[in-house]
Amino acid sequence: MATDLGDVLDSSDQRQAGGSDKVSLTLKIRRFNPELRGDESWWDEFTVEAEPNDRLLDALHTVKWYHDGTLALRRSCAHAICGSDALMVNGQNRLACKVLVREIVPKVTVEPIRGLPVLKDLIVDMEPFFAGYRSVLPYLINDEGDPDRERLQSPEDRHRFDDTTKCILCACCTTSCPIFWGDEEYVGPAAIVQAHRFIYDSRDQAAKERLQILSDKTGVFRCRTTFNCTEACPRGIEVTKAIQDVKRSILFDRF
Amino acid sequence: MTTFHTYDAVIVGAGGAGLAAAIDAAENVRTAVISKIYPTRSHTGTAQGGVCAALANVEEDYPEWHAFDTVKGGDYLVDQPEALVMCEEAVETIYELEHWGLPFNRTPDGRIDQRRFGGHTRNHGEAPVKRACYAADRTGHMILQTLYQQCVKRNVRFFNEFYVLDQLMTDGRCSGVVAYELATGELHVFRAKAVLYATGGSGRMYKVSSNAHTLTGDGQAILYRRGIPMEDMEFFQFHPTGVYKMGILLSEAVRGEGGILLNGEEERFMERYAPTVKDLAPRDLISRAIYQEIKEGRGAMPNKDAVWLDVRHLDREIIEEKLPDVTEFARIYLNVEPTTDLVPIQPTAHYAMGGIPTDVDGVVVTGEGSTPIPGLYAAGECACVSVHGANRLGTNSLLDIVVFGRRGGKAMTRFCKEADHPDVPEDPEGFTGDLLNGILSRDTGENPADIRKELQETMFDLAFVVRTEEGLTKMLGILDELQARYREVRITDKGKLYNTDLMETVELGFLLDNAEPTVVAALARQESRGAHWRDDFPQRDDVNWLKHSLAYREPDGRVRLEFKPVKLGTYVPAERKY
Repeated sequence: MATDLGDVLDSSDQRQAGGSDKVSLTLKIRRFNPELRGDESWWDEFTVEAEPNDRLLDALHTVKWYHDGTLALRRSCAHAICGSDALMVNGQNRLACKVLVREIVPKVTVEPIRGLPVLKDLIVDMEPFFAGYRSVLPYLINDEGDPDRERLQSPEDRHRFDDTTKCILCACCTTSCPIFWGDEEYVGPAAIVQAHRFIYDSRDQAAKERLQILSDKTGVFRCRTTFNCTEACPRGIEVTKAIQDVKRSILFDRF
Repeated sequence: MTTFHTYDAVIVGAGGAGLAAAIDAAENVRTAVISKIYPTRSHTGTAQGGVCAALANVEEDYPEWHAFDTVKGGDYLVDQPEALVMCEEAVETIYELEHWGLPFNRTPDGRIDQRRFGGHTRNHGEAPVKRACYAADRTGHMILQTLYQQCVKRNVRFFNEFYVLDQLMTDGRCSGVVAYELATGELHVFRAKAVLYATGGSGRMYKVSSNAHTLTGDGQAILYRRGIPMEDMEFFQFHPTGVYKMGILLSEAVRGEGGILLNGEEERFMERYAPTVKDLAPRDLISRAIYQEIKEGRGAMPNKDAVWLDVRHLDREIIEEKLPDVTEFARIYLNVEPTTDLVPIQPTAHYAMGGIPTDVDGVVVTGEGSTPIPGLYAAGECACVSVHGANRLGTNSLLDIVVFGRRGGKAMTRFCKEADHPDVPEDPEGFTGDLLNGILSRDTGENPADIRKELQETMFDLAFVVRTEEGLTKMLGILDELQARYREVRITDKGKLYNTDLMETVELGFLLDNAEPTVVAALARQESRGAHWRDDFPQRDDVNWLKHSLAYREPDGRVRLEFKPVKLGTYVPAERKY
């Protein structure tokens, strides 16, 4: 079987052997730093050496650690679970730790995600995003009193909302949505995904309140089904489908 | 301009332990949670496989069996009464998480489903038992989300992207903390009756690590600089199945679901090392077995420096339904299709068993007699209760954070209701101001990235799975030199807005202050126990070393060691076979 892995082994092996397969990657980065240059944003270009299997995040670290320490970005886990490093990469929202250098050589454009105020370089103000999240009652509501053991839930009922439990609140979906860009009142796809996770949980009793909130003018009917959100989701959540589920429940379930 | 705040309780860190503590504290006393990253970014979210509790939903099981496994897994360095508390409270804690909405996988009759995990056995080692409750392979993600949701429901006050950098003490009591606001570069003094540290691990001191970039041992180092010891720092867990070269974790759940390990000759080598439980042996044993296979020339990959994880024989449905994230990691980061190909793995730095010494209520204790420090608490990976002893069992970290986070939150609530507010010391932010200005004001000097790289590479070489006196002594010399270079460190960002250059450099200082006690304690401990393997002392030595280490920083910067006894119980230390 080992021989079937040829390509992978080659690159890993060369990495070990001293990086003979290093490639040159040029990063064109949109910068913003009110302390240095006021309200104007600008572009900087850096060329770094990287392994094809390195992450874009690794290349950004190389820039920050060896070329320009003032470059500001958020990151933590570096393997696409914590949701810190959502960026616009060649015009598409991605997590920098889930883009490999081999996908983007020889040159990549990196910008902050759109629709949220930029604070410095690649760091945006996440508060409006989390305000949308909080507005949909993102927690289980059940007033029946807790049983001594677990509540029962069939595997089928559990499966009903499985997809939307994957959400890591990275904001890739919401900040890829053209409606959200134009209207900061719209709660955005991520908040709807979070609402979906509870609306279709058989243990929850507050679907009605959430559907009410999402039927408002800031809610699901703002969606124009462009599917940008689904394409952007690094967790593979069918975001547009979740939004359609909620629309359908509002229209036909007569809550 | 320094801003002053007053709260009863301050919680530092917003992963599982911090949030679990916050839920209880915020319902009862004025509480603030201070976190250097947004709570949902915390590393709890990356835990994959499960959280153990003897619910007996699938197979016969008892908390006492769980406690035995925990003690044996920890190579008898576990404080046994504490382990029993954790395993007994596990059951109600899991039910509470379910009541809060955690979407556990279910059995056909609707109960929480359970699966096997390394080192967890039925009836004191007879065979593997299904004890791990799970939500696909994103159990940690669901715990973090669920706890955060409960905090949102309760309107918990968060200070996000605030870095706590110093602990304030008044007459031996906790009186607050000093924090740096990343968005503005301003300092904040938080007066508090009680502070609970839940800042996580320090795995970024190693080159190949499963840990987030932000896991830099902050809480441990902050208190260490204030004279509070670190306990059992020589015990650091290396998880056997990290993504080759990158260290990203591939969950033990893969083996719990039937995955096996093969060496370069495609032999199932764990049958030789642990004939009963094989690939479900504890992590320390497997990591050493991998090391041994590689050392004896039976490694995989062209350089023979890895082994294989094999899931080709598993049902597609299990792989896609129960292990979707792990499968995706292999596809993305290794370009390997696990359903048809072998996945190259190697041990990765994963978990600090040691940390801030606490009792079973999260109260920080110091000295051989475990003297409590009023108002000071710690929980989760940064703490050492000690329930993990010399080697933590898989899933017990998630259990630790929810059980002891909750207990710590309740204990600090009780304390806050009784205690008054001590005055903060004079010039409370002076120490922190000096620390930051020292770094900011230097225009020439060492690049912190070079120091960090050297720290991570040398620790990975000399203080990893297998250690020797020679290697550790060399590492101590290197740390001396790195500390000296760190004192001359310079950064390029001199600004106040989101100065991540400055914060990463402060974090590097914390890492160095975690590495030093780790190496000093590892050099002192002339035996092999759990995760601490000394090639020059390959036996466990209960006569001389059945004791916890405590590392203190002396005024001259040196590390001083003390020891305190292990709390034994029903289980008499025995040879550890699986």
